[in-house]
Amino acid sequence: MKELMIGNAAVARGAYEAGASVVSSYPGTPSTEITESIVSYDDIYVEWAPNEKVASEVAIGASIAGARAMTCCKHVGLNVMADPVFTASYTGVNGGLVICVADDQGMHSSQNEQDSRHYAEASKIAMLEPSDSGECKEFTKLAFELSEEYDTPVFLRLSTRVSHSQSLVEKEEKCDYKLKDYKKEPQKYVMAPANAIKRHIVVEDRIKKLIRYAESCNINSIENNGKKIGIISAGITYMYAKEALGDNVNYLKLGMIYPMPEKLIKDFAAACDTVYVIEELDPVIENHCKAIGVPVIGKEKFTLLGEYTPSMIKKAVLGIESVENIVPTEEIPGRPPVMCAGCPHRGTFYVLKKLGLTVAGDIGCYTLGAMPPLGAIDTTICMGASVSAAHGMAKARGDEFAKNLVSVIGDSTFMHSGITGLVDIVYNKGINTVLILDNSITGMTGHQDNPTTGYTIRKEPTKQVNLITLCKSIGIDNVTVCDPFDIKTLEKVVGEEVKKDEPSVIIVQRPCALLKTVKYSGHCTVTDKCKKCKACMKIGCPAITLKDGAVKIDTTQCNGCGLCINVCPFGAIEKED
Amino acid sequence: MNTMNIMIVGVGGQGTLLASRILGKVAIKAGHDVKISEVHGMSQRGGSVVTYVKYGEKVYSPIIDFGEADIILAFEMLEAYRALPYLKKGGKIIASTQEMDPMPVITGATAYPENIQKKLGDKVNLVAVDALSAAKEAGTVKAVNVVLIGLLAKSTDTPKEVWLETIKETVPPKFLEINLKAFELGYNM
Repeated sequence: MKELMIGNAAVARGAYEAGASVVSSYPGTPSTEITESIVSYDDIYVEWAPNEKVASEVAIGASIAGARAMTCCKHVGLNVMADPVFTASYTGVNGGLVICVADDQGMHSSQNEQDSRHYAEASKIAMLEPSDSGECKEFTKLAFELSEEYDTPVFLRLSTRVSHSQSLVEKEEKCDYKLKDYKKEPQKYVMAPANAIKRHIVVEDRIKKLIRYAESCNINSIENNGKKIGIISAGITYMYAKEALGDNVNYLKLGMIYPMPEKLIKDFAAACDTVYVIEELDPVIENHCKAIGVPVIGKEKFTLLGEYTPSMIKKAVLGIESVENIVPTEEIPGRPPVMCAGCPHRGTFYVLKKLGLTVAGDIGCYTLGAMPPLGAIDTTICMGASVSAAHGMAKARGDEFAKNLVSVIGDSTFMHSGITGLVDIVYNKGINTVLILDNSITGMTGHQDNPTTGYTIRKEPTKQVNLITLCKSIGIDNVTVCDPFDIKTLEKVVGEEVKKDEPSVIIVQRPCALLKTVKYSGHCTVTDKCKKCKACMKIGCPAITLKDGAVKIDTTQCNGCGLCINVCPFGAIEKED
Repeated sequence: MNTMNIMIVGVGGQGTLLASRILGKVAIKAGHDVKISEVHGMSQRGGSVVTYVKYGEKVYSPIIDFGEADIILAFEMLEAYRALPYLKKGGKIIASTQEMDPMPVITGATAYPENIQKKLGDKVNLVAVDALSAAKEAGTVKAVNVVLIGLLAKSTDTPKEVWLETIKETVPPKFLEINLKAFELGYNM
């Protein structure tokens, strides 16, 4: 019986049916639900690792030990795991090894729009790209088989629209996979120069074999409708092309996007008058076609930016622009994401803005502290950069600058890669102040446990990393714990710590308002003591609005956290049931 | 490609995902091919959220383009207005009359458009209901999604029993009673 599944759940199902037994990942939209879905399969060992590098190394180790193993990440997560992955290309595998990477075209929830297909070519690792949930499951199983047959890790490239779209999947039985024998093979697994030189030869030979596979495999398929126009596409853009162009063109759908075939493409192109390559982001397929001497139309007609749509394709290929629709006659206010009502980060950014500090930000819900009216954050680069980039800022501009500068980083992000930056500060005599925004969970990606929460991905209790002890052990002598809703104390502590001539850590602790364990009573209401000073509106709470000149609190949104009561200078906001 | 295209729009946290999953399951029971495109991650944090549900003999693209939505199910009036360009000629907007100020309105950078209901009603087939009050009556403001599903269900050929059965399969048992009540309230609006 067929079942609706998001692409990510279908990848997890594929790993289960393929007999995978170890999965290690770090959360990242749009890849997170793959690993979360693995939890429903009791016989797979699954974990959240502190970061993608660790996760991929766990998967590589499991593969060497003979298991079918998988690691999953978002596109920027692949940057973090690039080091082990490039060398795993040389070692090859024992049990099948699959690396799922989900790109985020359109940047729905990301800091850049990089095209992870470049990694396949750069690391010489085969890459498959499914276009719906059914293919997500099938391609995952195939990836494990190819991994073992060709002795290589295999990338499975996803995108937001494949990962987060539901379509029908046929469930099948789990295959009877037995752990491969483990034997010591230093010439294959010890990548010292003498061995690696020999393995590079193997890698180049493997690519040639994989090209032969690409020429004839059934996931690279031609649909000949006897037309003059040919379309070469892969993944979600193939689906857009099918919707836009139907049977009016011929198709070459590439299920394997690295390495790509030569003869297959040449033969397909020879039967068409004009060939278009339709691919979001970079001209990867287009450049391959041009390199093998096949003239194609690509980025001169299609943008390098964002997501495509069927209508965009219809216009570019057929010149048809016939949308019949009605548009509003006035400008519609945007609705950007905001910190939730009751979010603990709100108190922190209120204080940082009030103190007028330079704030090096990081990746998580608290990145929203950059948005008006809080607008407190100066920089956001990548996971962990709040700590190390602030160190660089301080070294560039001196101690006086450093005394008006803080880093903000979440608990999970700190464990991911903030800790190494903090070690750098201690080691190299920095005086920075770092705020660890500890909301007891990995928030933005949808509540995943991490080393500081005390629970595993399966909600089993485990050792909890103590942030205070950890910071002290690396040489931070000034560690303070604060409640972000106690804004007076937080303001005092931050003000004192930044002025010190040595590094400080302030652990700002209050759990995420969306956690089921967080319950505030009643909701807040504005009384007639209100002087309309609008101090409460500076905290950027979505529940507090101005209606006909009066401040109102929307009771359907307010969760009663009471932060607005703390910021009101006239005691005009009260709690009611 | 003749598919039925339903676009669900609202504000992150309003429960649009559950609504799309109920719709998807109902479409499967009717023997259709189905695709649903969801939104996760940052956009869920109080921003505009858009979910697409498409069904028919064969569905390729999971997204709905301008002028292609047969029905827009809107959880909030400004979001209904924002989605207008996606409505197919002759399509219908089913909307909750709830209004939520986005942050640019809260900060005073811009104003919430006035009389959206009238502006939409003058141009297209609009069914606007106070789904929020109905949800409160059912027991929680969070049931707005199922109230709207009830309202949508009434205008389809799918028997009511199929909708009820799907809700039973989809919502946690703890909240079933509230959701069934919310569905009835929507169905009888």
